[in-house]
Amino acid sequence: MPDDVKTTSAFDGVVAEPGVAKPDPIMVADNVTRRFGGLHAVNVDHLEVQRGAITALIGPNGAGKTTFFNLLTGFDRAGSGKWTFDGDDMSHMPAYRVARHGMVRTFQLTKALARLTVLENMLLGATEQRGERMFNALIRPLWGGQEQANRVRAEELLDRFKLIHLKDAYAGTLSGGQRKLLEMARGLMVQPKMIMLDEPMAGVNPALVQSLLQHIIDLRDEGMTVCFVEHDMDMVMGISDWIVVLAEGEIIAEGRPSEIGANRAVIDAYLGKEHGTAPSEEAS
Amino acid sequence: MDFASILTTALAAGIGPVAAAYALAAIGLNIHFGYTGLLNFGQVGFMLVGGYGIAISVSILGWPMWVGVLLGIACAIVLALILGFPTLRLRSDYLAIATIAAGEILRLFYMSSYAEPVTGGVYGLQQFAGDFYDLNPFPPDRYELGPLSFGAPELWIMIVGWGLVALAAVLVYLLIHSPWGRIIRSIREDEEAARSLGKNVYWYKMQALVLGGVLGAFGGMVMVVNTQSASANSFDPVVTFFLYTLLVLGGAGRVFGPILGSVLFWFIVVGFDALLRSMIANGILPFLESGDIGAIRLSIVGLGLLLLMVYRPQGILGRREEMVLDAR
Ligand SMILES: Nc1ncnc2c1ncn2[C@@H]1O[C@H](COP(=O)(O)OP(=O)(O)OP(=O)(O)O)[C@@H](O)[C@H]1O
Ligand SMILES: [Mg+2]
Repeated sequence: MPDDVKTTSAFDGVVAEPGVAKPDPIMVADNVTRRFGGLHAVNVDHLEVQRGAITALIGPNGAGKTTFFNLLTGFDRAGSGKWTFDGDDMSHMPAYRVARHGMVRTFQLTKALARLTVLENMLLGATEQRGERMFNALIRPLWGGQEQANRVRAEELLDRFKLIHLKDAYAGTLSGGQRKLLEMARGLMVQPKMIMLDEPMAGVNPALVQSLLQHIIDLRDEGMTVCFVEHDMDMVMGISDWIVVLAEGEIIAEGRPSEIGANRAVIDAYLGKEHGTAPSEEAS
Repeated sequence: MDFASILTTALAAGIGPVAAAYALAAIGLNIHFGYTGLLNFGQVGFMLVGGYGIAISVSILGWPMWVGVLLGIACAIVLALILGFPTLRLRSDYLAIATIAAGEILRLFYMSSYAEPVTGGVYGLQQFAGDFYDLNPFPPDRYELGPLSFGAPELWIMIVGWGLVALAAVLVYLLIHSPWGRIIRSIREDEEAARSLGKNVYWYKMQALVLGGVLGAFGGMVMVVNTQSASANSFDPVVTFFLYTLLVLGGAGRVFGPILGSVLFWFIVVGFDALLRSMIANGILPFLESGDIGAIRLSIVGLGLLLLMVYRPQGILGRREEMVLDAR
């Protein structure tokens, strides 16, 4: 795809090694740790996420990918660490303010708002709604126009995500795959600078996956930064500009898709340590 | 047995001032429980501070009654802030525990001899609603409403009470069908999802708690103005239990749920009391005395709530399909 070439050129000269600096990072994380009892769920020394690129975060089950997302987006408290997003210090910021800064995430276990309709789920995502203030809410003319504009945008997205025929259904009646789609579409309603998707395509019909991948690439080309967790290697290799590999909470490899497939540490991490040297030794 | 008189007694209760007071408090509870998903088991505490706001202002402080109304509202806001501040960041159970306790503490405190100079203690306060009844536009007379007949003061408090209910219903309708209401309902469904979309969940929960609490205070005001008497014992925890029952009966999360619920609840409860009383008087139930009626009323309400939860948890106005979705 020619689009890919344009953005991947941003990584020209970037060496494929853990913690490597990027030319224009939108997010920089340092020494982020999270322990559950004795378990080091996350222990990231340094990570930079390139602006306007699609970065995949991969790793075996239990590697700490979801926990890392939770920390960065304020849904969990890091034991230590500091991270900035678009120049602002985001450590210890409550989740809702992280989202307002333009860093929006979706959940691996979807959180559809069951007794709201699909359209209402979408509209909730719109930002700076005047009708969200209690006193304004009473006076429809103050927010009716904005609501209408949001509705148009929501319906466009629903159309794109093949959910438009369900817009008046309760979100609680959607199937698992449909919920994944709704959650991603709802996140896009926020018009974030960076969207963080936790296994966005799990359970989604393959035919639709293709069109959504194209949509993600389009979003990137419009300037959005995309960071996603995914186990489906076809998807990871197909659309990511850069791949970060997490194992046992640590970043063991980084690189372009072509470099990651051949990386010894990554193969070890996926197949288990007993197949070779410990990943951390190999990566250093 | 005089069934016509039993029926008129029940009807009068269904549209009476007490039903209006409960409807108001239940509209507040509906904002908490029905729309925001906040478990407030101490709505009676908000009613108490509202009612006593008027009583204390007039009887003790000698202020005009409208100042008392403002004081009642202010007390409800403060109570909501005190309850919400430490608990709304935590899981919903903590608010439930705090509100149960607060309701009882308030009742015991207002009743205590320590507070007697201000609250009248166990005797409570009386005859503080003169300002209100002075405004009564109806000349003293009996007023017929179909088979029912009301005195002028009763008619006046009924009209004001139900007028407030109508205003509150319009307020809730407008709020719920707005982006504000959408956030409130999303918090009920999944507050983390709301957070992930940039909504300050804590702040919205606080707004909902305050708004519902203030409506509860209005319910308490109508209650005490109706009888011209504020007595802490009438703000028993059972009141909150009744409010939940009538809310579930009418349909939680529906604008008219608490209103229909309150009318039906008082119609049924008072009608049932009257029926029992007349049966006892006629010797049909020789093993009962009229003193037992209070206890029987409570058991019947409990049984009714139980049956409702099993057979029609969505209430009369609720949607079955929403109930199914709720079972997550
Ligand atoms: N709340 C928690 N309490 C205790 N341990 C936890 C908790 N959350 C996660 N863990 C542990 O932290 C580790 C990382 O979990 P995490 O969910 O981040 O993995 P993941 O990389 O997202 O895996 P998957 O690909 O299966 O989604 C796991 O070992 C998990 O058991
Ligand atoms: Mg995960």
